[in-house]
Amino acid sequence: MAGTAVLGRLAWLVTEVTGALEETPRVRTLLLDAEGWPGHRPGQHLDVRLTAEDGYQAERSYSIASAPGEPLSITVERLEDGEVSPYLVDEAREGDGFEVRGPIGGYFVWEDDGRPVFLVGGGSGVVPLMAMIRSSLGSTPIRLLYSSRTHEDVIYREELDARAGHGLEVFHTLTREQPSGWTGYSRRIDNDLLREIAWPASDDPQVFVCGSTRFVDAAADGLVALGYDPLSIKTERFGATGG
Amino acid sequence: MAEERRLDGNAIGGVMIELFGVEMTTVPGSCGNCGAHEQMAETDVYLDAPGIVVRCRHCQNVLIRIVRGNGRTWLDLSGLSSLELPL
Amino acid sequence: MPQISRGFHGRRSEASSDRLPPGQHLVDDFPVLSAGPTPHTPLAEWTFTIEGGAEPASWTWEEFQALPSEEITTDIHCVTKWSKLDTAWRGVSLDTLLALVEHDADYLLAFCDGGYTTNLPLEHVTDGKAWIAYDYDGEPLEPEHGGPARMLVPHLYFWKSAKWIRGFRLQDEDEPGFWESNGYHILGDPWLEQRYWGD
Repeated sequence: MAGTAVLGRLAWLVTEVTGALEETPRVRTLLLDAEGWPGHRPGQHLDVRLTAEDGYQAERSYSIASAPGEPLSITVERLEDGEVSPYLVDEAREGDGFEVRGPIGGYFVWEDDGRPVFLVGGGSGVVPLMAMIRSSLGSTPIRLLYSSRTHEDVIYREELDARAGHGLEVFHTLTREQPSGWTGYSRRIDNDLLREIAWPASDDPQVFVCGSTRFVDAAADGLVALGYDPLSIKTERFGATGG
Repeated sequence: MAEERRLDGNAIGGVMIELFGVEMTTVPGSCGNCGAHEQMAETDVYLDAPGIVVRCRHCQNVLIRIVRGNGRTWLDLSGLSSLELPL
Repeated sequence: MPQISRGFHGRRSEASSDRLPPGQHLVDDFPVLSAGPTPHTPLAEWTFTIEGGAEPASWTWEEFQALPSEEITTDIHCVTKWSKLDTAWRGVSLDTLLALVEHDADYLLAFCDGGYTTNLPLEHVTDGKAWIAYDYDGEPLEPEHGGPARMLVPHLYFWKSAKWIRGFRLQDEDEPGFWESNGYHILGDPWLEQRYWGD
């Protein structure tokens, strides 16, 4: 698919991998140096384009994990039958190059207006929410409800532990297997779980839900059933992701 | 599961900027079939067809079809009765 | 020239075959492409209808299952460049169906649950070239692959093998269907690489 510069705002930028961090057995963060990167807002994504030696190209979208001002990074989950994610998670190393364009997205973006924030993430759906958390100044209360399969699948686990208590409350649910002594939730998100964790609707929170289609639909429907104004809930659906 | 193949307008954010020249996820559109008025992010998007298909979340009417090949893009907007662009 | 990504090959199989039309590559799985939600019409409500003949002809699921059917093993080719060899189906030949309807049409327009349509010249669906298939690989055709029944026209790109088919209308004109009206080739012969308008 040919991409050309449009108004100079969405050109494909020459990009180099400057670092790689394993987050979980299936998930890796790549630090990127994209030539001419204009900056971004928390929640936005970028498109990655890989080109093989014979000219074959593949493009995929990935949420930006870093906060504005931090070194640009994306966090990628390896999908079973993926074409691009296995390359980014298993193969790409420092010095490798590809192209990115962005930032993209105006809807799934957090602008701090003082209203409390409820973030609901499933699997790699936590990535854009993490950009929001990382961009927070700490004065606006944020709650994160994060669904993962097992403890070792929790992305950013240590960073979330460290950030909790500084304007951030984190609630985990592990849906497939829990470590011994686990005191968090251990089931898929349902209306009862949401009722226990979510801000009261009367607090007028901003809500961001991200994950697989099934996860997002269930969480968004559940929040509306709790009395949330649908207009306050922003949703972003990924293809299949663990959570 | 086939249900996981339904995404939303965020998934074609980059494609829409290419085609329209502006950020489109926040642009409200009106469905020509049922009259629903939603931001383009809040549409049902199917990406892995032989082309991209964008449907109204309320009535499933096809709002947009995009086919790309041979250096051209065929764009059908006939299911949308209007777009409210920030221009 | 875009920057090459060291070590990136994509998912294409190294295997090749002289049974592959130009530009195609082999896959082991059976990719699902969808343009909308998967319909789930209960069999008790399912009918197959041929319109545009001297009289409309319609079959319930039981009646359709009672029609003579055949087993087909064939290669299939998707316009998105994947091909799958030796796929096994069971279905009712369009020769069987068209013999039951009096008509003098040259084309058909297939219609499906969910609103999909595709057009075919009758010369491309007769003489053992097309079926309404309801079994795949020895099992009832799954909804995500077009079940309960889909068109099967394997000598053309697989977008012509319309999923969730409920019938077709016999016509004098070749009326472009869902994809043919927006960029895809009116016929779609993979051996001539007829993917898009103008090919």
